[in-house]
Amino acid sequence: MRHAQIKELVVLSGKGGTGKTSVTASFAMLAKKAVVADCDVDAADLHLVLSPEVQERHCFFSGNEAEIRFNDCTGCGKCHALCRFDAIYHTENNRFQVDPVACEGCGVCIRFCPAKAINFPERHSGHWMISQARSGPMVHAQLEPAAENSGKLVTTVRERAWELAVDRRIPLIVSDGPPGIGCPVIASLSGVSLALLVTEPTVSGLHDLQRMLALTRHFSVPTIVCVNKWDINPQQTERIEAVSRAAGAQVAGRIRYDRGVTQAQLQQITAVELGCAAAADIRKVWQQITRLL
Amino acid sequence: MGAQEKQQATRIAVASGKGGTGKTTIALNLAAMFGEPVQLADCDVEEPNLNLFLQYEQLDSQPVTMLVPEIRADRCTGCGACSEICRFNGLVSLGASKPLLFPELCHGCGGCALVCPSEAISERPLQIGTINSGHSKEIRLIEGRLEVGVSLVPPVIRAVTDQLFCDIPAILDAPPGTSCPAVATLREADYVLLVADPTPFSLHDLKLAVAMVRELGLPCGVIINRAGEDLVGLSRYCQDEGLPVLMSLPDDRQIAEVVSKGQLVAPCLPEYGLLFKQLADRVRTELQKHGGQP
Repeated sequence: MRHAQIKELVVLSGKGGTGKTSVTASFAMLAKKAVVADCDVDAADLHLVLSPEVQERHCFFSGNEAEIRFNDCTGCGKCHALCRFDAIYHTENNRFQVDPVACEGCGVCIRFCPAKAINFPERHSGHWMISQARSGPMVHAQLEPAAENSGKLVTTVRERAWELAVDRRIPLIVSDGPPGIGCPVIASLSGVSLALLVTEPTVSGLHDLQRMLALTRHFSVPTIVCVNKWDINPQQTERIEAVSRAAGAQVAGRIRYDRGVTQAQLQQITAVELGCAAAADIRKVWQQITRLL
Repeated sequence: MGAQEKQQATRIAVASGKGGTGKTTIALNLAAMFGEPVQLADCDVEEPNLNLFLQYEQLDSQPVTMLVPEIRADRCTGCGACSEICRFNGLVSLGASKPLLFPELCHGCGGCALVCPSEAISERPLQIGTINSGHSKEIRLIEGRLEVGVSLVPPVIRAVTDQLFCDIPAILDAPPGTSCPAVATLREADYVLLVADPTPFSLHDLKLAVAMVRELGLPCGVIINRAGEDLVGLSRYCQDEGLPVLMSLPDDRQIAEVVSKGQLVAPCLPEYGLLFKQLADRVRTELQKHGGQP
């Protein structure tokens, strides 16, 4: 299968906790034939309801990290002066050390250390996995706690998902995006066929959606919006739908507030498998989306 | 880091692995019921929401900039030293011509300007965000806003925490997740409140957040939000890990409706206001236990 025949849908929200993962998991089951990619590599949850069996597990390295060799450091302080990230601090005995959490891995200190006393090992930041889930093939990952470069890990997950789609002749990739609008979100968004933005009818939901709409416009990604738990505040739902249309996005439909969605999570299945009230709404949203893909 | 600096007032971060667990609600209402002047910092600069809930008088607004390279074509010899040191593909040399510049990938390390042998690279400030600050009653609000389309978040968070006064306690509303944006916020904190709800997704992400907090060597407590039935898993996890549960906010549709309208829970629903006042006291007790000033 050629790249051009494969479509990729990413589910995003700006605000966290609007129900992206529950919706994505249901889509994975409804799609019948799709590669699922969990691009929320910080706090991946999709595996909790799609029961993936891991077939391949790989280490993820995100650049490098400076390490000063204590015995070779002359204490000149050049690294400290040049570091733009406050990652180098003065220790007792007039030496310097790197704070690994603050180090960006830019390598400037390595290049300019007159004593050549700084190592630059690769930084192990997590894992990515290829699995067979209940819905089909799945690519997912786990970033180490307090690690960085989640954008690069998202890119890795998407590349592997594309390879699987090409190899196994699967025409669709459904990916669960991270919250926010920064680095990992941009990495999950670039070049997709369609972005579904799942929001909730709150003042925060609307505010965050507007920033998300500006981002999808910035990257010229076709966008469709769906309000989850719409009946918590019907007026706000209408406002959100109006704002979405005005911004050039389509409206995919509404999903009602339903404790069944949490029940499905507790049973480690998707909402559509449980068949709760919200599942009917999710099916309608999915139908809208398939028309656009 | 934060705690070692001399006599700095307490900084409490409100964080969670999963988004949408109620960090902003907890941070806002804790600030409202803190009982003394407090600073409230919106470190969720990708999606800042605190200002939606506070009628505040904005007193100041400043751009956050990062230095990105600019190449003087007349001096560039095309030697490629700049793109060689750049680890982020912000500068790419193709052949012996002037390198291509991708400012959106630049991390602002300054390496290219330092290595250029012909002084062809200077640096110019690029706006990556805005810091707004102001007052709402006893709360001093500082808000960071990332420019839409910019991917580099930690420098905007650092710009927020740089604005904090040292002598007034602060509550930091952290971004979700366990990677650099959350870490950039937690680095400035003396204590972390982790907000979780009883769903399996939230419990899973709480475990990741606890791992992050421990990696950073910070003390923490848990707040259970939307507490209803099925609390067993979450409570048992907290007990097994020795994590104090400092507050349990019930799963009440009234709270969801108040929050959906952009209002504070504490004044609208006084019975819950009392819970936030108790939370403020419990956090002070925890801080004393961990050697910070109350």
